[in-house]
Amino acid sequence: MSIEVNTLSKIYGKQVAVNNINFQIKTGEIVGFLGPNGAGKSTTMKMITGFIPPSSGGGTVCGLDFVEQSIEVRKIVGYLPENNPLYPEMYIKEYLQFMAGLSQTNDSKVAVKNAIEITRLGPEQHKKIGQLSKGYRQRVGLAQALLHNPKVLILDEPTSGLDPIQVAEMRNVITDLGKEKTVMLSTHIMQEVEAMCERVIMINKGNIVADDNLKELISKHQTSLEEIFKQLTQNVDTI
Amino acid sequence: MWTLYKKEIRSFLGSLIAYIVIGVYLVLTGLFLWFVDGNNVFDLGIASLQVMFDIAPYILIFLVSAITMKSIADEKRLGTLEILTTKPISDISIILAKFTASITLIAFALLLTTVYAYTIQNLSNPIGNVDWGAMLGSYLGLLLLSACYTSIGLFSSSITDNQIVALLSSMVISFFFYSVLSMLGDVSWLDSIGRSLSWFGLEFHYNSISRGVVDTRDVIYFGGFTAVFLGFTQLVFESRKW
Repeated sequence: MSIEVNTLSKIYGKQVAVNNINFQIKTGEIVGFLGPNGAGKSTTMKMITGFIPPSSGGGTVCGLDFVEQSIEVRKIVGYLPENNPLYPEMYIKEYLQFMAGLSQTNDSKVAVKNAIEITRLGPEQHKKIGQLSKGYRQRVGLAQALLHNPKVLILDEPTSGLDPIQVAEMRNVITDLGKEKTVMLSTHIMQEVEAMCERVIMINKGNIVADDNLKELISKHQTSLEEIFKQLTQNVDTI
Repeated sequence: MWTLYKKEIRSFLGSLIAYIVIGVYLVLTGLFLWFVDGNNVFDLGIASLQVMFDIAPYILIFLVSAITMKSIADEKRLGTLEILTTKPISDISIILAKFTASITLIAFALLLTTVYAYTIQNLSNPIGNVDWGAMLGSYLGLLLLSACYTSIGLFSSSITDNQIVALLSSMVISFFFYSVLSMLGDVSWLDSIGRSLSWFGLEFHYNSISRGVVDTRDVIYFGGFTAVFLGFTQLVFESRKW
């Protein structure tokens, strides 16, 4: 089992962001983590990657406890945070070299070269990050997550704000990566999930409302993924 | 930690701030030491850098704050703090890397002023008639003082994502601990309370070490002061977890 989450909760003051969720992701799966804005997707990912600790519950990544052994977990997880934060004044290679050092890769030069190759950053690799288009910036963010050849990739909205061509390219990159790595990606774009993911976990207001194989989920509800998403995430709001 | 240290140094050198800070420091101390009427070396006729050592703590308040204002506030603004803190590196290593990088830059600025020390030594009569003990003590004092200012600066930078807010709060806190506490010692109606309070101030210990007598109590005070503010910084880092 690659990722295992047990009764995980996060409470901010009185607001419950993530409410007692459980799920498991097997090695080699590409799982779409779906939910409307503010559903708790990012919070869950932040807890797994060790940015914030859970209020209660916990879980493991490749058998390592992500609360107790956070530093060890970070060594095997590649994480692309929401909004893809970067240093605009740094050069791509300089940035990746720096990140490779922080990720404790053995040979940072080779790691940077590989990551540039996988994310197809080649033609732009000598530019400053601030000069790049949004699509290329997103690739730099992804390259940063790949440097230490992590077993697990956690990508928070990897395609948000990209144009359709860039989205398609990003999808291809992620699908390729999914062949050898476990990928958990969050999004609220249904086509993306249909194009990339084998499995779907839907979350709404901190609760998991669906966790199924994509095909089975669609055949069970006899409608499109978008309709299922609407049904499962909106009925809570109707008065 | 070494990787982050190198990146910090590189970003200092890549931005204008390092050059401006070092330049301003050298120009201001140079002006006060050699040119400003009434108090310069030639007016006083004493072969010592005392004028510089008196004015430097005030200049450093501004300069150290300018160096450190960006270090954490900007990571917060850009969101890159989330990347740093989800890499296999502990919070305290991040803080220490930023601390040592800032101190390195300041130490370099201080080192450049040894040119003045060399000049003074040659101006003295007979040549070499300089109180080296006091001078070395003062340099050590400035370095320790800078460490304290840096820890205040990092703390101020960690509580906000706005560099200007970081700069101003760092200057206010530094000024309070250097000057205000020591002024309280002179307030007559505060009497012994004032004197005790001034003991907590940085100036008291800086003056003591500047005399050339390196008292372990002063060194421990400076070390403790720095550790406390770095500790506060770490608390702010951890507050995201509350």
